[in-house]
Amino acid sequence: MLREKSRHKHHDSAVFHVQGSATYVDDVTEPIGLVHVAPGYASASSGKITSIDLDSVRRAEGVITVLTASDIKGVNDCSPAMGDDLILAQDEVFFHGQVVFAVVASSRTAARKAVKLGSIEIESLAPSVTIAQARQSDETVLPPYQFRRGEVEEQIATAQHNIKNKIDIGGQEHFYLEGQVAMATPQEGGGMHVLSSTQHPSEVQHCVARMLDVDEANVVCEVRRMGGAFGGKESQAAQWAALAALAARKTGKPAKMRLDRDDDMIMTGKRHDFQVEYEAGFNDKGILSAIKSDLYARCGCSADLSLGVNDRAMFHADNAYYYPSLEITSHRLKTNTVSNTAFRGFGGPQGMVFAERMMDEIACRLKLDPLDVRKRNLYAKGRDVTPYNMQITDNISLAMIRSLEKSSNYRTRRKVIKKFNRENTILKKGIALTPVKFGISFTLIHLNQAGALVHVYTDGSVQVNHGGTEMGQGLYTKVASVVANEFGIPAAKVKITATTTEKVPNAAPTAASAGSDLNGMAAQNACIIIKKRLATLAAQKFDCKVTELEFADGVVTGAGRSIAFAELAKQAFLERISLSSTGFYATPKISWDRENVAGTPFFYFSYGASCSEVTIDTMTGEMRVDQVDIVHDVGKSLNPAIDIGQIEGGFVQGMGWLTTEELVYNEQGRLTTHAPSTYKIPTATDIPEKFNVELWPSKGNKAATIYRSKAVGEPPVMLALSVFSAIFDAIASLKPGSVPKLNAPATPEEIMRAVNAMDADNE
Amino acid sequence: MTARTNIRFLRHGEMVELSDVDPNETVLDYLRLREHSTGTKEGCCEGDCGACTVAIGQMENGEVKYQPVNSCIQLLGSLDGKELVTVEDLTSPASPNGTLHPVQSALVKHHGSQCGFCTPGFAMSLFVLYHTDGVPDRSQINNALAGNLCRCTGYRPIVDAAFEACSQKAEPRNSGPFSLLSLGDDIFIGDDNRFFASPASENTLARLRAAHLDAVLVAGATDVGLWMTKQLRDLPKIIYLGRVGALQQIEQTENVLQIGAGVTYAAAFDVLGKFSSDIAAILRRIGSTQVRAAGTIGGNIANGSPIGDMPPVLIALDAQIELKNQTGSRSLNLADFFIDYGKQDIQADEYLANIKIPLLADNQHLRCYKISKRFDQDISSVMAAFRFTINDGVVSDARIAFGGMAATPKRAVRTESAINGLKLDDAVGWQKTADHLNEDFAPLSDMRASAGYRMATAIALLKKSRIELAEQSHTRIYGDAYVA
Repeated sequence: MLREKSRHKHHDSAVFHVQGSATYVDDVTEPIGLVHVAPGYASASSGKITSIDLDSVRRAEGVITVLTASDIKGVNDCSPAMGDDLILAQDEVFFHGQVVFAVVASSRTAARKAVKLGSIEIESLAPSVTIAQARQSDETVLPPYQFRRGEVEEQIATAQHNIKNKIDIGGQEHFYLEGQVAMATPQEGGGMHVLSSTQHPSEVQHCVARMLDVDEANVVCEVRRMGGAFGGKESQAAQWAALAALAARKTGKPAKMRLDRDDDMIMTGKRHDFQVEYEAGFNDKGILSAIKSDLYARCGCSADLSLGVNDRAMFHADNAYYYPSLEITSHRLKTNTVSNTAFRGFGGPQGMVFAERMMDEIACRLKLDPLDVRKRNLYAKGRDVTPYNMQITDNISLAMIRSLEKSSNYRTRRKVIKKFNRENTILKKGIALTPVKFGISFTLIHLNQAGALVHVYTDGSVQVNHGGTEMGQGLYTKVASVVANEFGIPAAKVKITATTTEKVPNAAPTAASAGSDLNGMAAQNACIIIKKRLATLAAQKFDCKVTELEFADGVVTGAGRSIAFAELAKQAFLERISLSSTGFYATPKISWDRENVAGTPFFYFSYGASCSEVTIDTMTGEMRVDQVDIVHDVGKSLNPAIDIGQIEGGFVQGMGWLTTEELVYNEQGRLTTHAPSTYKIPTATDIPEKFNVELWPSKGNKAATIYRSKAVGEPPVMLALSVFSAIFDAIASLKPGSVPKLNAPATPEEIMRAVNAMDADNE
Repeated sequence: MTARTNIRFLRHGEMVELSDVDPNETVLDYLRLREHSTGTKEGCCEGDCGACTVAIGQMENGEVKYQPVNSCIQLLGSLDGKELVTVEDLTSPASPNGTLHPVQSALVKHHGSQCGFCTPGFAMSLFVLYHTDGVPDRSQINNALAGNLCRCTGYRPIVDAAFEACSQKAEPRNSGPFSLLSLGDDIFIGDDNRFFASPASENTLARLRAAHLDAVLVAGATDVGLWMTKQLRDLPKIIYLGRVGALQQIEQTENVLQIGAGVTYAAAFDVLGKFSSDIAAILRRIGSTQVRAAGTIGGNIANGSPIGDMPPVLIALDAQIELKNQTGSRSLNLADFFIDYGKQDIQADEYLANIKIPLLADNQHLRCYKISKRFDQDISSVMAAFRFTINDGVVSDARIAFGGMAATPKRAVRTESAINGLKLDDAVGWQKTADHLNEDFAPLSDMRASAGYRMATAIALLKKSRIELAEQSHTRIYGDAYVA
């Protein structure tokens, strides 16, 4: 159990953030001789490279050298696993924005200006850009995958009611405020030191080593903090680190590569956009007997992390609902667009949009309150086996929904809204209460491991290091609290140090919401090892049993005697006892047999529920969120302030995805929304004044996690589905019984399209 | 008279004098690359995210007033005569451990940072709000933060911090010796081939304009800044307008409001907002607080953007503009100034001097609508402005202007003539009339909206204006609470 005194009151870097003294990669004092790297790409999206003319680039002011694929001595690949992502293009381009060459110059501006002088000729092919085009050509990056149970077709056909529909779900740009950046410094003996804004330092290390053709032991990757990541720096930070390292190797000088915002948005992958086609059979009460869905995802030009993303979309196509019979099929489409990647939720949000849309549609058809339909379909006793054959044992969805239904005053507001909609012809209101159930663990089982390194110094101060990275989520703060708690010392005595492959090797990416679950446990294990040594010494001194000792308030007590923790550390040093240890953790009990759809892929589930009310303008499609109420389960919180920050921030990010954030590609496959002037993430005005967030009064995670806390990084994104459903509800009020054809994101234009379609709908 | 060959501004309470100012150098590059002050961050380098926000102090009536600007697109040369305050300056230097500024402590207390990259920009926007008189309400806080993007927190803790920090009376700040900056002289740094010029009088401006027809006139640089940071264009000759006193004047006579071309949106807010609550609501949504602090109405007109929000409003109001050169001046209707995309009725030696806006008569009614994906700081997919003269419920002299519907801000001439003579309560008549917009415009599809949506929305807005005028019913989701 985490004692209050060990808990940090604020994010460990909060003061540095507000002072501007928190150091990001681009803020590190620049080494002498630093050179700058900028990327160049072709104007086409697809086709053979027939010529690359870089003569005028080389002659441009400040240019030192130019990098092309032929400069790579080792492996030209920055993919996470499949070997299909080139660091620099060779022979062919697969998407608009693929890096073909890179300029190394004495200043960043000189490098960027020189890039524009490059001339790349492509024997251009007609690009396959959209999901529709990819479905037609049937090109995929990975084979399809399916969950199936029961006599699906028969169940649907014989149900009292059945539906067949589809929905398009847009992608999402991460828009981390700190763009992609890396700085590489050559080391003696062919080594390379890389500062990278990455969620996955080990992968950057491995990628750079492969590319330079040196041992992994010769490359160090370090990251103190990122200015946001959200999945966008899980696999896709590697390319920029590799190019910086390549420039450093070629020039013998330190090299920095920081992408311009537009380049960042054009050259890096996003949340996958989906098209879901579905059928369902249900009874008069809206209870499902069978569903059938096909999830078509635009993966872009390569596999990247699309296997895991699309698997997770399937894992969450049930959200919190029981499907007696089911068929869920995932199609991983290949297009001539940037390779889509991890984004907070990792496919889960898209799967859940389908589940919630189905609930809304069923309610609409049966003229029931959508909340009642949702409640009737929740997992429950005897209805607790997921589409992937895992039994759910920690379900609290119904209790949470009931609690929120009451605290948000849902039923009364539903009546008020009905009255408002009767009295207003132009403005219409809608409300929705939706649940979230999110599985915690990497579904790639071997990633569920972590290492930590803890040092105790002779003055009783402590340094902790672990394989997790800090991207703003407060991981460092939480792990430091664990260490302080284990030693019974104040939080201020624990110094957090930058993540580096030198201290903890072979770490998993900081992803899947599992950062504090994994690294908190690894750090705790390191502390337990050191504490055991200290306890043995103290027990000798106090002449008592180790079990009688207590570490608290900076003092170790036992048998009526006490010694300051610092003094005990000094004594241990004098007694030649090691004050340092690594710690290791591997999540127990999980397994996943993908081929046979069997096992326990998740250690536990995180739950939440949210209720949103919106107003739309049926003449223009404008929309405003009026009120949001959220209850979310974080188990026994490691830090309530940080957890609430994750919940609110995740919700708003999800809301942006489903409302204002629209990625637009033109027919040539070029992204036309590649800057904040055209791609609109929420601002302060977009969040409602009535925004109530409560932590679920949990007795603790049933699974044995660190102090019985729960993961919180990703699940809150999906709380925003209540906004999307509320917009659907507002549109549905125009013609009871008709189903709005609303796709995501619900921009003003999309809302108007759905409003107009209601007029046309004569069903 | 010889011009000064340096700029002078205040920094950390002391005067900084720079004689090596490249015409294309931005304040952000100065901070990060020359001063090595890395607290100010680059997020987008186009003035849309606010991570690079700094405060600019200026003497006004014996007091220092602060404005937030996006340092990434602000020209270094424009700092002359001003104070530059960055996030590093907020923590009291007197205490080695750093006593946090009230806005900083409130951000820490309310957990207003997560990744922290946007935080210095938020701190600076809040610093300005802190030094602005009065206790802000939620809509004013939203307004102050509209130009700052945060991807982590969801804003609630930042808003709470703003409430706490900015509700207290501001501690006065020692800015330093403004008097030493010697305002009022012309500045010319560089040579005839490459220079930053900052004339202090219209005479010098006209002379420079005539001597350097290829020079770029810059006011707030909220657009020109992007030519440099995004298009990577080299602009060797810059004439900065911000110190030409005559261009900064606002004068109101009985019938006309005259606004100098160099007046910023921020400076014009009060007087223009008084025209009508609709204009106030539009001004509130043009760019962000940072953009309005630098950007000028004149610049919005002179660069001929088809998507500026103010030109349609001014066209509906029948505004005139005055263009000047070394030999004289000429006036023309704003509506006639915009010829085609990127083509305006202005000669190479001319500059825009002022805008004259006729005041609304009692029987004239203005309605303005801005449609965009996001409420704040978003370029309109459709911008509509209508002025109707209404006598006994009958419309005459309709002026209907749109942005986003054509290559320039443009009047709907056919629709106007069809609507004149119609009764306000003739819903069917208006319905038919609104369809004339199809003859007036052939809008394009782009990443903001499709042509079909633009047209349908233009028609809907015209209908909506009738409903509002005839029935006074509530038809907008953004109520008055959204007008700061």
